[in-house]
Amino acid sequence: MSGFLLLVRRDLRLALRQGGDAAMVLAFFVLTVVLFPFGVGPEPELLARIAAGIVWVTALLAALLSLERLFQTDYEDGSLEALALMPLPLEAQVLAKCLAHWLVTGLPLTLVAPFLGLLLHLEPAGYPVLVAGMALGTPSLSLIGAVGAALSLGARRGGVLLSLLVLPLYIPVLIFGVAAIEASIAGLGARPHLLLLAALLAGAVPLAPLAAAAALRQAVE
Amino acid sequence: MIRAPMPAPSRSAPPPVPGFAGRAIACRRGERLVFAKLDFALPAGGALLLTGPNGSGKSSLLRLMAGLGRPEAGAITWEGEAISADPAAHRTRLHFIGHQEAVKPVLSVAENLAFWAGLHGGTSGIAAALAHFRLERLADWPARLLSAGQRHRLALARLLASPAALWLLDEPATGLDDEAVGDLLAAIAAHRADGGRVALSTHTALPLPAAATLTLGRAA
Repeated sequence: MSGFLLLVRRDLRLALRQGGDAAMVLAFFVLTVVLFPFGVGPEPELLARIAAGIVWVTALLAALLSLERLFQTDYEDGSLEALALMPLPLEAQVLAKCLAHWLVTGLPLTLVAPFLGLLLHLEPAGYPVLVAGMALGTPSLSLIGAVGAALSLGARRGGVLLSLLVLPLYIPVLIFGVAAIEASIAGLGARPHLLLLAALLAGAVPLAPLAAAAALRQAVE
Repeated sequence: MIRAPMPAPSRSAPPPVPGFAGRAIACRRGERLVFAKLDFALPAGGALLLTGPNGSGKSSLLRLMAGLGRPEAGAITWEGEAISADPAAHRTRLHFIGHQEAVKPVLSVAENLAFWAGLHGGTSGIAAALAHFRLERLADWPARLLSAGQRHRLALARLLASPAALWLLDEPATGLDDEAVGDLLAAIAAHRADGGRVALSTHTALPLPAAATLTLGRAA
């Protein structure tokens, strides 16, 4: 088996055996969205108006929650140093870890999002675009987040630093994710927005591993 | 064999050195120059013992040998070619075992070993490695149940699980019982008999026949 797949399988296995992280992210996502009707009131029109924004912003925060541990445990137990000395380039390893991270966080978030849309009276036209947008956008969240996670390694209060680094970079994903849903509800067609999300992903796949690997090399030197 | 510091090298490019060698290496950690003008040579089948007080740069030198970071000055070469010229090739031919074991508590002993061996490029020696370091009976245990010494043996088992020409060991005997130290020395002897190279740092005397000793000076 290639080193790339070995690393994906190992990270998935770690996530499944430890269990807590992925479940916590999902629980955070659901609970936070459920809070909104209590906060802003149960009027269906109001909730339907802000549903897309709520689901996306909450998904962003949920993804952020799990990012701190992306490299942290490997850094602490010496695995990161050993990984940096493996023949597989660190860039490819970052990509493998992002893929595993997406499979245990981004994918479940994408699958749960329509049910939360239901809870918020999202217009029927919005659902397919919500799922398509999340499917295209959440991998970007994992990739961009990996850069922040690598940069904040070893820093005190790394989690806070990570949020400050990463949240501004998530803004484009948020804008096009929400705009796609609103465009489709308004009958305008979501295609341009989804294409822009895909473009962000196409940019993040090569660039984020480069940046994250450079930061990881700094951390283990 | 060789002691630091060595005479300053001439300005002209030195001739290529066979084997694994370093010439006029300097290492900086933060503001501090840990060592400078350090030379070493490690021929096939050779062993290099790094000794010296705490903070004298033993670990730093091993990390430079592994390619984790670059020397402040000087060059480390493999068969005359700088290791920084082809880092991937260098990483394929080395094993570096540092102070941290890189063992995942939720994976079993065998899974931990299989992961590192597979990533390094060969899983043929896993069974032999587990047997050599007396971990066979623990193979299916989750690694969180291991004692510190057993975890360290699991880290050392990586040396045998996948082949590599160069072993870099940072205080490999720390925390091992006498039997395990014997296992380690036997593994090193077999590795050297096959033409392998070993560089290791130690504070305790390890009986390595025909090993060169490099004593690093007290830190400034």
